[in-house]
Amino acid sequence: MTATETHAHDHPDFLQHHWDTPVQQFEAGKMGMWLFLATEVLLFGGLFVAYAVWRGNHPDMFRFGSRYLNTTMGAINTAVLIASSLTMAAAVTMAQRNKRGALIILLSLTLAGAITFLVIKYFEYTHKFREGWYPGVMLYERPAHAESWIDDYPTPRLAGEGSSPVVPAAFAGGPVAEPTTVPPPAVAPAGVDAAALAEMDGIAADHDEHGRTHLLHPAQDPDRPANAHMFFNIYFMMTGLHGIHVTAGVFMLSWLIWGAARGRFTSAYFTPVDLGGLYWHIVDLIWIFLFPLFYLI
Amino acid sequence: MTDGTDGHKTGEQHAVGHIVPISLLVVTGAGLLVLTAVTVLVASFDFGAANIWIALGIAAVKGSLVVLFFMHLLWDRPFNGVIFVTSLAFVALFISFAMTDTFEYAPDMDTGDAPLVRQKLAELEP
Repeated sequence: MTATETHAHDHPDFLQHHWDTPVQQFEAGKMGMWLFLATEVLLFGGLFVAYAVWRGNHPDMFRFGSRYLNTTMGAINTAVLIASSLTMAAAVTMAQRNKRGALIILLSLTLAGAITFLVIKYFEYTHKFREGWYPGVMLYERPAHAESWIDDYPTPRLAGEGSSPVVPAAFAGGPVAEPTTVPPPAVAPAGVDAAALAEMDGIAADHDEHGRTHLLHPAQDPDRPANAHMFFNIYFMMTGLHGIHVTAGVFMLSWLIWGAARGRFTSAYFTPVDLGGLYWHIVDLIWIFLFPLFYLI
Repeated sequence: MTDGTDGHKTGEQHAVGHIVPISLLVVTGAGLLVLTAVTVLVASFDFGAANIWIALGIAAVKGSLVVLFFMHLLWDRPFNGVIFVTSLAFVALFISFAMTDTFEYAPDMDTGDAPLVRQKLAELEP
């Protein structure tokens, strides 16, 4: 049978010539997606290993750091992602039932969930920055004696050494509940006097010539426990990689909505919706593990 | 042409994929939300070393619900499940071997090198 004869058959538009049947095409695509999801699990798996080892080495730091995270915001974000997973799964069902209007509405709700998650995450991140918790070391003030970021930085500080034995200011009020400890002007966005804010928070701050605030690295700051930054390093790394995935999901969902609006998906061909859904669910799945590991314990 | 579905619903109109009813999805989503509330509630009690295992156990149940129902793996071809479970098994292997080394130092290790933190946490979490 020549190619011309093959294509002469009753042959749906979406079926590519190298597949025999729509089912074969669908199942092959689906298996490819599961293989991709396996690599995603392994990608995050490396970071989960880092989390486990760091927590094993600094168990108190993780209990300390999680007090800085707002459980309410984390729980709301968990609910938002679960709800958007539900609308995504429902969108697949609607695509399979040829309900185009419902498909577009459900995909849009899923997209709204993704954006809501990112907005909440933005407020959480900026609050951490205001409190002087950054990812890595380079955003902190470099100590005067350090020639480079790599040389002798950060110098580990033994607890109590070079500082008064009193409890650091950060502990004075007990557990740090995020919104209540923020001074009133803290809601102001960029342009606000960050040094003044930081001083109100009891954090040593300094400006450089560009007006940026440099905070002492926790290992250098007598008011902070040594190694406290380790928790925030892994927190920013894991939630950041997850956030990149959510951002990719925003583009993926927008593309699906555009396709659905053009009437591209039918009960016979809904593969992009189904595979996009699988991606979106794995993003939800990873957050289901990140939430308790960082916010709750 | 052969239909390579091997016992899939070849005779039906919707031969491609499995349709999960909305009601089942809603029940699954409600279960996930309830379990989220449970894990937040349980975290307010201190079970010591068991804290992390309780939290991970609830997360595992939630994850299974997502994978089996939202991701259709319950009705999917078993091979897709094999792919997924294999990746999880390798992550588990990775973590357990890394932790074997970390635990090896545990008896000699001051739990964290910030006694001030430990002291304060002890006051906060009696």
